[in-house]
Amino acid sequence: MDVRSVREQFPILHQQVNGHDLVYLDSTATSQKPLPVLEAVDEYYRKHNSNVHRGVHTLGTRATDLYEGAREKVRAHINAKSTAEIIFTRGTTASLNLVAQSYARQNLKEGDEIVITPMEHHSNIIPWQQAAKFTGATLTYLPLQEDGTISLEDVKQTITTNTKIVAITHVSNVLGTINPIKEIAKIAHEHGAVIVVDGAQAAPHSQIDVQDLDCDFYAFSGHKMCAPTGIGVLYGKQELLENMEPIEFGGEMIDFVYSHDATWKDLPWKFEGGTPIIAGAIGLGAAIDFLNEIGMEQIEAYENKLISYALERLSEIEGLTIYGPKERAALITFNLDSIHPHDVSTVLDSQGIAIRAGHHCAQPLMKWLDVVATARASFYLYNTKEEVDRLVDGLIKTKEYFRHVI
Amino acid sequence: MSFSNLDTLYRQVIMDHYKHPRNRGVLDNSDLIVEMNNPSCGDRIMLHLHVADGEIKDVKFEGEGCSISMASASMMTQAVKGKKVSDALSISSYFSKMMIGEEVDVGNLDLADIQALQGVSKFPARIRCATLAWEALEKGVNHNDKS
Repeated sequence: MDVRSVREQFPILHQQVNGHDLVYLDSTATSQKPLPVLEAVDEYYRKHNSNVHRGVHTLGTRATDLYEGAREKVRAHINAKSTAEIIFTRGTTASLNLVAQSYARQNLKEGDEIVITPMEHHSNIIPWQQAAKFTGATLTYLPLQEDGTISLEDVKQTITTNTKIVAITHVSNVLGTINPIKEIAKIAHEHGAVIVVDGAQAAPHSQIDVQDLDCDFYAFSGHKMCAPTGIGVLYGKQELLENMEPIEFGGEMIDFVYSHDATWKDLPWKFEGGTPIIAGAIGLGAAIDFLNEIGMEQIEAYENKLISYALERLSEIEGLTIYGPKERAALITFNLDSIHPHDVSTVLDSQGIAIRAGHHCAQPLMKWLDVVATARASFYLYNTKEEVDRLVDGLIKTKEYFRHVI
Repeated sequence: MSFSNLDTLYRQVIMDHYKHPRNRGVLDNSDLIVEMNNPSCGDRIMLHLHVADGEIKDVKFEGEGCSISMASASMMTQAVKGKKVSDALSISSYFSKMMIGEEVDVGNLDLADIQALQGVSKFPARIRCATLAWEALEKGVNHNDKS
């Protein structure tokens, strides 16, 4: 993979911030968007904009073809059996809420268990808290190993025949831990539970094969994988989706409407009430094409090299604590001495370096780590070794700047 | 590399309050405890107030957060301790305006060190850090007013 030519596709990267070349290390929050995505969205609005699945005019047909074409691209990309299994949503949060509000509320009862982990993003905790409250089911946490990984032994101990749902992140947005989804899915299925996977941090960086993982639901966002904000995906096995009730009602999702009742469209449209996120879906389709042209394997291999280099360089900094396991996705969460992450982030920003500081929407995990907040540098296919060096220099300068207070 | 821009944010007096916070701790005779947090970043403050006869007799704070939020809390307690509630609210209103870059006349009120935080207005991402303690103060005295 030639990172120089990749960077040429991202116009936003070529700017100065606070007098320095921008170093964008916050792709875990949201990725930047390449030209083919910007152009696809622009072209849609300039030439084809129209509502989908209604009207018989030419633009309407074009918009529908583009929108449904994007769904097919997503299906092929994650190797789902059918486009009936690909539901467009606003993002991972909406996808997980859909499962929690539809599947969980329909199927759980008192005495049942939902198993999650302490490394979940709030969006994979709160929907289950609410589902548990609504149904009387119990929310149970898998323990974490000291290095922030999950042991399959603990999974076998925790999942019981009472477990009906296992909800787990594929990749932790804080620790970078890559969870063994395939193995956990097998254990869940042996106990009659379904597995819901938060793929927000995995889908942008690696090839996802939902059939190979044998997950029941897989949720991810477009904006973290080069697509616009406001578009996401819920993959679900068709037999499960068939039996689930929609959670949003209105136009687009209905078949027949009578005075006091209505029937729903087939999958996947019964879950897509209202005018869908047409431009977003087209942007996601373009992003998938862009990523596949480079190759997910090449991207993953490049990021692995970059993260090894970053870990090695950051470890040189005295007083820097890195959280999470050695084997990890392309992100590093850390603290620098006793300097608060906000202050680290402000000093780095003054040098043109964008990182994330805070609790990363994972308050229970912060508690587990016994920290109030952390700083996080995250990497994507457009980041370079030189940018890692800039980060290291920036952190050394930050230490120097705060030397009187630490 | 020059950090002159940063120096407008991290004034020496701010760093001094951060390193040596004034009025940090708990009050045994607090009649009011206000907890506030900034849900976007996890900064947290617990403000203990002892208010009597329309006056803030004593105030202490505990909390966790960045230099700006903790220094601001320290400066706030210093500025309002011993003041009439109405004067404390005037200072708070002055502070809010300072954060959006407005100049306000506060007459003879003693502002202690809080003007050192003026530079925060140039760092929009950090304004919430500076205002947390003041929000807690307002919530506390307003609540006290009602009870």
